[in-house]
Amino acid sequence: MTTDHIHVAMTVNGVERSAEVEPRTLLVHFLRDSLGLTGTHVGCDTSQCGACVVDVDGVSTKSCTMFAAQLQGANVTTIEALAADGTLHPMQEGFWAEHGLQCGFCTPGMIMSSIAMLKENPDPTDDEIREGLEGNFCRCTGYQNIVNAVRHAAAEMREQNSAD
Amino acid sequence: MIPVTFSYHKAESVGDAVARIAGNPEAKLLAGGHSLVPAMKLRLAAPGELIDITGLDELKAITVGESIQIGALATYNDILHHHELIAHLPIFGAAIPHVGDRQVRARGTFGGCIAHADPAADLTAVLLALGGHVNATGPAGERSIPVEEYFVDLWTTALAPDEMLTSVVIPLPGDGARMTYVKHRHPASGYAVVGIAVVVDDNGPRVTITGATSKPEHLAGAEDAISAGINDASIDLAVARATEGVHINGDLYADEEYRTHLVGQMVKKALQQIVS
Repeated sequence: MTTDHIHVAMTVNGVERSAEVEPRTLLVHFLRDSLGLTGTHVGCDTSQCGACVVDVDGVSTKSCTMFAAQLQGANVTTIEALAADGTLHPMQEGFWAEHGLQCGFCTPGMIMSSIAMLKENPDPTDDEIREGLEGNFCRCTGYQNIVNAVRHAAAEMREQNSAD
Repeated sequence: MIPVTFSYHKAESVGDAVARIAGNPEAKLLAGGHSLVPAMKLRLAAPGELIDITGLDELKAITVGESIQIGALATYNDILHHHELIAHLPIFGAAIPHVGDRQVRARGTFGGCIAHADPAADLTAVLLALGGHVNATGPAGERSIPVEEYFVDLWTTALAPDEMLTSVVIPLPGDGARMTYVKHRHPASGYAVVGIAVVVDDNGPRVTITGATSKPEHLAGAEDAISAGINDASIDLAVARATEGVHINGDLYADEEYRTHLVGQMVKKALQQIVS
């Protein structure tokens, strides 16, 4: 038993990544500082604001509230993976088309949470969108356009799925 | 915010975890982590060693039989999406959407909530209203703690420092049981300023409170007021007697007088839901 650095390895955006980290290293710091994936933001740092949301093994997760050491072998997806092939994800398109942001700081978390929400509920009402984003704060208070963006993306994603 | 340095151990079994916390007051068990990790980041908690129990699959099961057993690591979402459990205990369906947010409910565990005993948690009052017992394992083996004896004080339970909560067992309610949970939430934190759980079945009415008291408690005055039935008159009496014998805490956000008023209003709302 030691508080020394430990070797952590996980799959991030489809690529095996590893680093030597302290046990107290939060997932968000592993992503940002060890891997240079700075699209995942640190907002409140008290598990409330959702700027740090990523997908961990299919579960929408606040990466400021798990330690990297817990995620040995996990499969993590961050905002950087969404447009990896140069084409924006429909949710990113939605935020663009509906101007679902002002300063943009909360946007990565909003997008990651919204994609997770649509996996469970592909056709949410506006109320369901607001409930689904209860763990994401926008301090510019741009919520109305965020709801519009998610609705826009949901319609696009339903259309794509029905065309498949 | 960075927690104080600690060492990390992934537990391989309940026995391994219990052996690690035995005689080690520096050690803390890590389950969903959505209370402990924020507390560590604020340095309100600074355990020297974290025992990660999230890999213990044997603690994740929910079984519905003659009673309902909820493993310590069942998440809020595991419970909410367990249709058979919700059919018997719809109060969880009423209360769980009030807990945290979708990310918190996906990671946070029922066992962690009950072991942490936050005075503003939602499911503590729900468990006290439902009754049953808490199973724990320690160096001396397993024991069962009745829910009525389990909650001791602020963040304090009957669990010994070297005991680990392994499951919660709740009796099946009788036919025709009615139950609900209502809450006045803090607008920023989402925690309960006042939360009221009501369960009415063959064993009589239970009305419990969280958020406004140091631990979940029965509102004996309200329970007595509706013991012969729930109607407009008995609801009014229950509201009037809601805080009888109970100390209501005040804080920066809601002083004692306002919270006392809210308790009555939440009791009224809950009882009206029960009869509607």
